[in-house]
Amino acid sequence: MEPLLRVEGIAAPLLRPNIDTDIIIPSREITSPERTGFADKLFAPWRYLDGARRENPDFVLNRDPFRRAKILIAGENFGCGSSREMAVWALHQFGIRCVIAPSFGAIFRNNCLRNALLPVELPEADVLALASAAEAAPLHLVVDLQACEIRGFDERPLPFAIDADEREGLLSGLDAIDLTLRHRGAIEAFQARDRQDRPWIWRPR
Amino acid sequence: MAGRTVIDRIWDAHVVAELGGGRALLHIDRIFLHERMGPALLGGLAAAGRRPAQPGLVFGVMDHTVDTKPTRSESTAGGGTFIETFRQRIAQAGIRAFDLDDPRQGIVHVVSPEQGIALPGCTLVCPDSHTCTLGGIGALAWGIGSTEGEHAVATQTLVRPAPRRMQIRFDGRLGAGVGAKDLVLALIARFGVEGGQGCAIEFTGEAVRALGIESRLTLCNMTVEFGAWTGLVAPDDTTIDWIAGRPFAPEGAVWDRAVAHWRTLVSDDDAVWDETRSIDASTLAPQLTWGTSPEQAVAIDQAVPDPADAPDRQRRAAMERALAYMDLQPGAPLLGTPIEAAFIGSCTNSRLPDLREAAAVLRGRKVAVGLKALVVPGSMQVRAAAEAEGLDRIFTEAGFEWRKSGCSLCFFSGADDFGGARRVISTTNRNFEGRQGPGVRTHLASPATVAASAIAGRIADARVIERI
Ligand code: SF4
Repeated sequence: MEPLLRVEGIAAPLLRPNIDTDIIIPSREITSPERTGFADKLFAPWRYLDGARRENPDFVLNRDPFRRAKILIAGENFGCGSSREMAVWALHQFGIRCVIAPSFGAIFRNNCLRNALLPVELPEADVLALASAAEAAPLHLVVDLQACEIRGFDERPLPFAIDADEREGLLSGLDAIDLTLRHRGAIEAFQARDRQDRPWIWRPR
Repeated sequence: MAGRTVIDRIWDAHVVAELGGGRALLHIDRIFLHERMGPALLGGLAAAGRRPAQPGLVFGVMDHTVDTKPTRSESTAGGGTFIETFRQRIAQAGIRAFDLDDPRQGIVHVVSPEQGIALPGCTLVCPDSHTCTLGGIGALAWGIGSTEGEHAVATQTLVRPAPRRMQIRFDGRLGAGVGAKDLVLALIARFGVEGGQGCAIEFTGEAVRALGIESRLTLCNMTVEFGAWTGLVAPDDTTIDWIAGRPFAPEGAVWDRAVAHWRTLVSDDDAVWDETRSIDASTLAPQLTWGTSPEQAVAIDQAVPDPADAPDRQRRAAMERALAYMDLQPGAPLLGTPIEAAFIGSCTNSRLPDLREAAAVLRGRKVAVGLKALVVPGSMQVRAAAEAEGLDRIFTEAGFEWRKSGCSLCFFSGADDFGGARRVISTTNRNFEGRQGPGVRTHLASPATVAASAIAGRIADARVIERI
């Protein structure tokens, strides 16, 4: 995973609550078992008017400057629903590197952390303020993960909180599997003991 | 020392290493893959030059996008590439899978307990958000993405923050015609889709203890719609009896040791909970969703809520949008709303007791003229058992299509569609915009409510229709 230190760019407001992964990437749009090719499929039901992919001019990501958005400002419980990681891949492949929302669907949030997409949780009032600013005039933000603050909105930077380990994982971009395999000895010791303690786990016929 | 919860007991038994900051490296006892997310997961693993750490603890099944017509073909959304690619990668990885023609094939969360692969007190993950279903047999089970899935398969572990522990008590007894689906819809309606955020839940109380395993699976299935990490029902005699003799369950002396261990998986009376909630189950009526979020549910005999009553502007806007999508008027009664299609299936409500519940309403009756009605058993084993009881005949004589097993219209995977019907009633778990097809308006309900509504051609209360 590439390290993520800061995200800098246009912020697009999409202030609905409970935007689910079926809307972010509908199941019918997932036609390949691979990890690529999702950029055009992002938000397909809202972005396009019909099967011929005529753009819906009202949808925020079809308007300038939001076509180039790197940051999405969304309502509560963003990414709820299906665990499909394609939702994160689609956002990432479109160019979104950061989603700011009052809260996130838990599996979606986990998937973000593993794909260099920064989920920022802010109080609802701050999210509302950011969204109305982005709606009123082009809003160019710097979301700085090292400093844990958002600049470019107010005179003063807007601080945000993120779990220390999650932050470290994004900043370093280190492979989570490699990190875990540093505990290989502990895993083997656990399994050797567990084969004695819970043999039924180890003997599925 | 303060007492411990069943969640602590299962958690502690799986800690391989404490990582600091409340995080632990947890052992994962079972991993399930399916053809929808499995190919990308196994492809990523192979591309990184990695192999499954414990292939014997990993299982695969074809369910998400498979054809469920009786003539079942290999075609699926994406032109069969999901099935074909999954087959190849499963074989390369040395993982066993229940393929399309296997009599054990079915929806992953129906198959894993049915085969005795998911067991009480085990940790189980799968790249599907409804993996929490397996809490119904007392497993600690949750859905993950495919990159986390690679981690699980490569290391047989996952890193997790310790959850907040929530106890939810359903006191009292359920009334006739009210079941597990109604319990969980009422819970989400009362406390919201974020009511369980970050929590592992134990469901307790008289109404829960009285539920059979299949109903407990239904209850736990929708803990993800409640925003929780996962939920479970501590194993008891009902659980142990249900597992005994299943194909992958332990036998002989190992069975006795397993049972002795499972009996320790209870919460102490003085266990400390981060949060406790209770609902009086005896007062609940059958529930029905009216909107596009699972929390937008009311008792079936209620009227469509009015956005004017919403607590704030944001929520009012969300309600208005939901009503516009659902084409409903505030204050109108839900009962009697015309529907065009009915669906019985998904890992929420497709097991044998669910089919019996629907068949009891349908017996000797016919679905409304022009209504499209589908029943998709959760597994080929469920299908065979239902046929042995003659349930298939009740369904087909009533006008339902009797299908082979798969996820089908739980989501719009391409395997099935409602043939142009707009308003549908469904036993599934999500009523999101477009979840069951473009523009499809979904009302979530129990199998009995879906069956009664299919007969009436309108939203109907099975408790009333049964007396007609
Ligand atoms: S039936 Fe629906 S929720 Fe269940 S496993 Fe299939 S897609 Fe997931």
